[in-house]
Amino acid sequence: MNFDFSDDQKLLKEQIARFLADKCPLKVVRRVLDGNEAFADEVWKGLVDLGVPGIGIPEEYGGLGLSPLELCVAAEEIGRVAAPVPFDTSVVLATEALKLAGSDAQKKKWLPLLAAGKAIGTLATAEGAQTPRPSNVRTLFGGGRLNGRKVPVADGEVATFAVVLAKNSLVLVELAQKGVARKGIETIDPTRKHCELTFTDATAELLGAEGEGWRLLERLYDAAAIYFAFAQVGGAEAAMYMARDYALQRFAFGRAIGSYQAIKHKLADCYVKLELARSNAYYGAMMLTDGGADLPLAAAAARIAATEAYDFASKENIQTHGGIGFTWEADTQFHLRRARVLALSIGGPMAWKDRLVTRLEQKNAA
Amino acid sequence: MDFNDTPDEAAFRKEVRAWLDANATRKSDDKQSFRARNDDPELLAKAKAWQARKAEAGYARMTWPKEFGGRGATPILQVIYQQEESNYLVPLGFFDIGLGMCIPTMMAYAAPEHLKRYVKPALHGDEVWCQLFSEPAAGSDVAGIRTKAERAKMPDGGDGWVINGQKVWTSGAHYCDYGIVITRTDPGVPKHQGLTMFFLSMKTPGVEVRPIKQISGGANFNEVFFTDVAIPDSQRLGKVGEGWKVALTTLMNERLAVGLPSGGLDIDELMELARDTDLDDGPAIKNQQVRGKIADWYVQQQGLKLTRYRTLTALSKGQTPGPESSIIKIVAAPKMQDMGAFAMEIMGQGGIMKEQVPHAAGFQAQWIGGAGFRIAGGTDEILRNIVAERVLGLPSDVRVDKDIPFNQMGKK
Repeated sequence: MNFDFSDDQKLLKEQIARFLADKCPLKVVRRVLDGNEAFADEVWKGLVDLGVPGIGIPEEYGGLGLSPLELCVAAEEIGRVAAPVPFDTSVVLATEALKLAGSDAQKKKWLPLLAAGKAIGTLATAEGAQTPRPSNVRTLFGGGRLNGRKVPVADGEVATFAVVLAKNSLVLVELAQKGVARKGIETIDPTRKHCELTFTDATAELLGAEGEGWRLLERLYDAAAIYFAFAQVGGAEAAMYMARDYALQRFAFGRAIGSYQAIKHKLADCYVKLELARSNAYYGAMMLTDGGADLPLAAAAARIAATEAYDFASKENIQTHGGIGFTWEADTQFHLRRARVLALSIGGPMAWKDRLVTRLEQKNAA
Repeated sequence: MDFNDTPDEAAFRKEVRAWLDANATRKSDDKQSFRARNDDPELLAKAKAWQARKAEAGYARMTWPKEFGGRGATPILQVIYQQEESNYLVPLGFFDIGLGMCIPTMMAYAAPEHLKRYVKPALHGDEVWCQLFSEPAAGSDVAGIRTKAERAKMPDGGDGWVINGQKVWTSGAHYCDYGIVITRTDPGVPKHQGLTMFFLSMKTPGVEVRPIKQISGGANFNEVFFTDVAIPDSQRLGKVGEGWKVALTTLMNERLAVGLPSGGLDIDELMELARDTDLDDGPAIKNQQVRGKIADWYVQQQGLKLTRYRTLTALSKGQTPGPESSIIKIVAAPKMQDMGAFAMEIMGQGGIMKEQVPHAAGFQAQWIGGAGFRIAGGTDEILRNIVAERVLGLPSDVRVDKDIPFNQMGKK
């Protein structure tokens, strides 16, 4: 039985954790919250120097050629500090989409740039306030031209290219061109910038075969669910300990509030959800690495458990803080915001629960 | 990452399988088991015979030192034995408390001649042990016990004690031969300080066992009354007044012993029920609320199994496991209760009827048994306190009786 990360992987995790503790304390997240930066540039550059964007990219394309396990430990640490960097978009969604569906030419062109942090990629699926379905996606691709509107798109204003869901296909579109208009939008999490992308006869190319978009997206989401789960686990743990630390030093009715069972049991529940999420995330990482048959089920379970753990820890962190936790000055808001953004960005818990049971049915029928 | 055995573990697993094949019947499916009614005398006899065979082969308590019939083995080998044994139709469960809690406490505190006398018969299943801690007025707060032990001369003139009082929730007392009992020997000091631990024969005059019928219909635990029960001082475990320290040794072992209930109905059976039962205008499995619940419990079921794998990984590497296993009963007990109730709801009003459809009785048993599982071996609330205090480092509850002599408690 060896259901744990290796010593080398733990070393990498510590290295990234040390860098982030030093360069990405929550005051950096606050700087992005209050300012106009697209993301924390010096944190992103440091992660690039550490090789993080290239972890999962094969060596022939300029990456480090490491396994998903290494990218998982990086995701956990980036999630822990709620780093305002294009990790979920560029390192996870865009990179994995290229690895999954890219032609050799596309991989040769983009993966080395992604690994070196010289390009930022993103994924654009949503078209407003509804879940994209084959029946409602209006963005169209034909004759090398892309037309439509995608919103919200994370990091869309600074991304070099986007992977776009156009009707039933995925297409790759470079964003610095005349046919693309970008407009920043306000969201619940100003520490991760989003925008609206409008395509008017934009030059684009298929990513993967025509009509395969939904099938590719499902596979992409399975991988992303696992990396996101690690980020959520990191964030949930940070929020839990933020609440714990406050409960130790805040006194009410003559004693630390952390000595009241109402608080203790709430934080114990945070820990229970966190450990369920961590264990499910580990299994997802293992299936992703081995290409195991259980991957679709493991991804769904990791996604559901981690989303619940992070949502719960981040909201109960504020509740534990009381009024001060609801102020703009408090650091509690970062995890609350990030938890919801991560919860919704590749489909919410409702959709994943339905998907999980579908996969269970398929497994039982097999 | 992998779930594979190390070469040593694989070799041991092979050895265990060969031995089990030669000595027991393999289950035809993994849900098959001896009915968990441990008030059945025939089952006890079978369990004792199986325990004896297991002990002779050296599998009963492999982590114990060789002198006590163990192998001085690492915990992972014991786990591998149990994993393999769970695939065979053998009666288990009668010796967990004795061998998991009582005898380890004896090993820590009893005199060498007593160990020589008692360890082997316990290991071989000849003598069964129980733990006499809880009382009507002392459950989660077990240090609040009132059963008293007073110094007295034995008929032979030797030093002894006389015990009077009542214990409750004593699992297996009705078939047990021996027990360890915590008593109050000094009511004039604060509650944790006036306790002393003893062991005794359940046949000692003045010990009376009355089974308690549970809401599930079974009677696995008992009330035990002590009326002028005289025992020699040589049956004392630890020093006079240090019984709490001894009890902590026992309870520490309890948390290792209380694991997951195995072989119960779970997601597979719930899926089967939801597929075969109509709700709305089609099978229940099509209903989104049903799907949501199944997904939640699947995530919990997997999470518990995988959390256990993380603990086993630490054991396999010879490391001390982290605190992650403390979540297991907190999750498993309410899940058992809620899933049972939900399965019944899928059957509509018919969900209250026993034995109408496959699994109905099983889910009903989980629903009603879950109520007990949430209490036994540490309530939901106490377990959350333990996680909060030992894992998260939060302060212990304020104890208003901590410094007050026991006999002054509740008085102003």
